[in-house]
Amino acid sequence: MAKTVIAAKDVVKRFGEITAVDNISFEVKEGEIFAFLGPNGAGKSTTIKMLTTMLRPTSGELRLAGHDVTRERDSARKAFGIVFQDPSLDEELSAYENMELHAALYSIPSGEREKRVQDLLELVELWQRKDSMVKTFSGGMRRRLEIARGLLHEPRILFLDEPTLGLDTQTRNLMWAYVKRLSDEKGMTIFFTTHYLDEAEDVAERIAIIDNGQIVATGTTPELTKQTSTKTLEEAYLKLTGESIRDEAGNNDGLNFKMALRNNRLR
Amino acid sequence: MEIMYVLWLRQVRRYFRSGSRILGTIGQPLLLLLALGYGIGAIYKKAGAGNYLQFLVPGIITQTVLLSGIFWGLIILMDKRFGFLSELLVSPVSRTKILLGSAMGGATISVMQGVLVLLVSMLLGFRPYNWLLVIPAFGILIVVCVALACFGAGIASIVDDFQGFQGINNLLILPLFFLSSALYPLDSVPQALRIISSYNPVSYMVDALRYLLVNQTHFGLRKDLVVITLTTVAAISFAVNRFNRIQM
Repeated sequence: MAKTVIAAKDVVKRFGEITAVDNISFEVKEGEIFAFLGPNGAGKSTTIKMLTTMLRPTSGELRLAGHDVTRERDSARKAFGIVFQDPSLDEELSAYENMELHAALYSIPSGEREKRVQDLLELVELWQRKDSMVKTFSGGMRRRLEIARGLLHEPRILFLDEPTLGLDTQTRNLMWAYVKRLSDEKGMTIFFTTHYLDEAEDVAERIAIIDNGQIVATGTTPELTKQTSTKTLEEAYLKLTGESIRDEAGNNDGLNFKMALRNNRLR
Repeated sequence: MEIMYVLWLRQVRRYFRSGSRILGTIGQPLLLLLALGYGIGAIYKKAGAGNYLQFLVPGIITQTVLLSGIFWGLIILMDKRFGFLSELLVSPVSRTKILLGSAMGGATISVMQGVLVLLVSMLLGFRPYNWLLVIPAFGILIVVCVALACFGAGIASIVDDFQGFQGINNLLILPLFFLSSALYPLDSVPQALRIISSYNPVSYMVDALRYLLVNQTHFGLRKDLVVITLTTVAAISFAVNRFNRIQM
């Protein structure tokens, strides 16, 4: 039986009056590709931020590769790589320099750096462009570079927060092919969020759906469709989370959320 | 230590790659030197107050590093807005190291600009009173640049958008510069202005450089050094405190 590498137990996150994440628990096994789905403002980003040590949970316990994300933050940080929803590269540096900086941040032994950087840049087909400034890269190239960078310290877990947002179909397919390969070859655990349900259906081995801060269902696509008596993941998802658009509430929540954030010291 | 070096290198690399940034921060001091140094210089001399360019240069060097330091804070703001800060903040490196490594890079850039302005001033006719005292002046410039870079980083940690930062510029940098001893001798200004200027740390930064470069002082070097030290400690504490509170 595979080990648990991501464990959330009774996790709550409140921002003042607002409960963004309301007592969620789930586990992800080693090597699993796990999708975390939910409408806008459901609590996905807050959960990812807590898992990746950017926000501290109000209560409950989060463990990455056995390390408590609050108490053993640095060990937890070494255990994961992340591709953020928004680009997070230094555009004024070259692809290689971005990789070098990451290597230093994660104290990768200097003897190994060059080879690892080359291997990964070759994997994402950017080795030929290693000396180009990132500002000259297309959206797809940047995403690939971010994935390579997220893998540089050989994390056991890779978080992908809406990694295919704004990418064309070719790049999306290529990206998921890499991700599946990583999971197969290195046994890496992948935790991702997306709004494209076809992606989740194609790639994820297990799915959790969060709505209004609570996990409303967890399982494989067949399990979710069976549970909701539907035919596709999209139908199951809509049945579980409702058809109404969340934008307006989401925006208000977003505003309150931001104001609450300002008044709430992180660490 | 390596990480601080790498973050320092990042700032310096970015600076040398941006010709417009180098020109942008040099342009204004050069304009002030020419317009004020030569424009007002003649009247200053007529009033029997001596060589205005000699008096002005330490003030313009301070103005250069003040602008450079605070505007360097924009990079932190850009990192925050455009995502690179997330990469830094989820890494297993303490925020204080991230801040200080980056701020040292910002300070280095400011020092280079300050020295550049000094060299340009020499071309325009400025001469230090004692060449040996240029060395301690350089030391003070470094400390001042560290303080200002930290101050800029602290401000950038609080502000969320570029408009806000621009507001800070108008409300803070311009008064800090104009209400200091940078442009006029404090001995001969109205008392209210003298009092305001004597509560402005920038006055002491200018005064220390002026003492070492042209042997003129209003407060005395000892007092200057005390104020500069306290300001630097306060600026570093402010930056560390605010940077540690950044929420992504």
